[in-house]
Amino acid sequence: MGVFLQYTVIGLTVGSFYALVALGYTIVYGIIRLINFAQGDLSMVGAFLGWTLLVSFGFEHLPIYLALVIAFVVPMIGTAVVNLGILQFAYKPLLRRSLLAILITALGMSLLLQNAAELIWGAAIEAYPPNLLPLSGFFVGPVHVTYVQIALVTASLLLMGGLVAFVQGTTMGTAMRALAVDHDAARLMGIDVDAVIRIAFVLGAMLAAASGVMLGIYYVQIHFTMGFLLGLRAFTAAVLGGIGNIPGAMVGGLLIGLLEAYTTGYLSGTWEDVVVFGVLITVLIVKPTGLFGERVAERM
Amino acid sequence: MALLEVHDLHVYYGNIEALKGVSMHAEPGQIVAILGGNGAGKTTTLRTISGLLRPRGGSITCAGKSLVGIEAHVIVGMGVSHVPEGRRIFNILTVEENLALGGYLIRSQHQLIKERKAAVFDLFPRLAERRMQLAGTLSGGEQQMLAIGRALMSDPKVLMLDEPSLGLAPMLARSVLKTVREIAKRGAAVLLVEQNARQALAIADHAYVIEVGQIVLEGGAAVLAKDERVQKAYLGGFESVAGA
Repeated sequence: MGVFLQYTVIGLTVGSFYALVALGYTIVYGIIRLINFAQGDLSMVGAFLGWTLLVSFGFEHLPIYLALVIAFVVPMIGTAVVNLGILQFAYKPLLRRSLLAILITALGMSLLLQNAAELIWGAAIEAYPPNLLPLSGFFVGPVHVTYVQIALVTASLLLMGGLVAFVQGTTMGTAMRALAVDHDAARLMGIDVDAVIRIAFVLGAMLAAASGVMLGIYYVQIHFTMGFLLGLRAFTAAVLGGIGNIPGAMVGGLLIGLLEAYTTGYLSGTWEDVVVFGVLITVLIVKPTGLFGERVAERM
Repeated sequence: MALLEVHDLHVYYGNIEALKGVSMHAEPGQIVAILGGNGAGKTTTLRTISGLLRPRGGSITCAGKSLVGIEAHVIVGMGVSHVPEGRRIFNILTVEENLALGGYLIRSQHQLIKERKAAVFDLFPRLAERRMQLAGTLSGGEQQMLAIGRALMSDPKVLMLDEPSLGLAPMLARSVLKTVREIAKRGAAVLLVEQNARQALAIADHAYVIEVGQIVLEGGAAVLAKDERVQKAYLGGFESVAGA
């Protein structure tokens, strides 16, 4: 039982990162029916921007709270700018054309981001400052919980809470949900559809960047290809929860994290991807609408 | 110059000319009915005025300002509100949220939003009872009330209604149209597309008959209601038997 709970703690931690990336997939899909395959790579970009600030610029020597704020906020803004650029130059000209063209473009953007990152930061594995947060933790019964885990999960939950508050509680967020239903009707309300799409891309990128910095802090090592598998797992999470559905992405992310932790714990790490993508295939065959997607019209 | 002035409008779907030089105008407080068969160009006319379609030629002005080439979401702010065919309410949002989106352009003016919501609830008390309900769970009549109420949130100078009585029970249809009269009385110009020509002419001041993209007849609603051609084409059949 203790071992099981230990895996659960690990799974929920990693799952919260997946949930953040999955939210990016789901928000964008909800509005323009595009699977933005660059989502995982945006996370990588965020991780490298954070690393640059902390290590190259030496912000790790600042007081810890200040260092953390800089390491999260600046990459979130920077990655949002990158995603807006992708939207403007790559997706927008294709928005009213075939979905296939834009989907392939999204795959291209994923590769573009990876290669750009390799050019800028090199192909070597870089390391986050290992002792940015206290490495110690405490025991709850037989389960060891680290402060890093608590901090990162809390930060994830705060970001998700902020997103839900925005989407549910503001008129702009309501407009985002309306776009999931009917673009033309939204225009007739005076909603600037392009502006709302931009906001969705900004939010998706910010969540991805935050998850990237968290991954860097948690696993220490980052690499320009790290976004690929992360993106695929988060995509699985979004599909599992029902793509387009915000609570679904969160639950899906946590479930994928747990699944991964149990697989690694009870089987072996080499089975991780087999199990995760087995889930993806199964969901797509058995229940393509995902766990929360039963009302097809209700996307967000 | 009239409040809404449409002159020689030409609209194409690909190579097919859907509107072949449509002209019409509407004044504040006036209900202008647009009659015509399926595919005549009634909906196309409204969609072009509200900016969802781009005309290839002609002019549209509201209060002297040109609407041609302006984005639909900007046109709403210029005082033209369009209740599209099929209502197109946001079924996954609540009644309140739908109305909030109707007031999207004034979203930071909470007091104004509150007043306009109150005015909508005053006009449609049924909506007030169902304010927290998901719009998709409303009856057809309530959904139409919501679609109109949502359009009124921007306090339009010109309100365009596309088939507001479609699919409603006759009594409900009459009550919706009566409300349209009330809206016009408060000063808006109403452009009314209706398949129910008899009821439309009964509440309208002026009417246009459109066929294959052209205005073939226009005049005072009372005059048109007595016109032989209109009676034959649009007022005949079971309508008169039913005594609507």
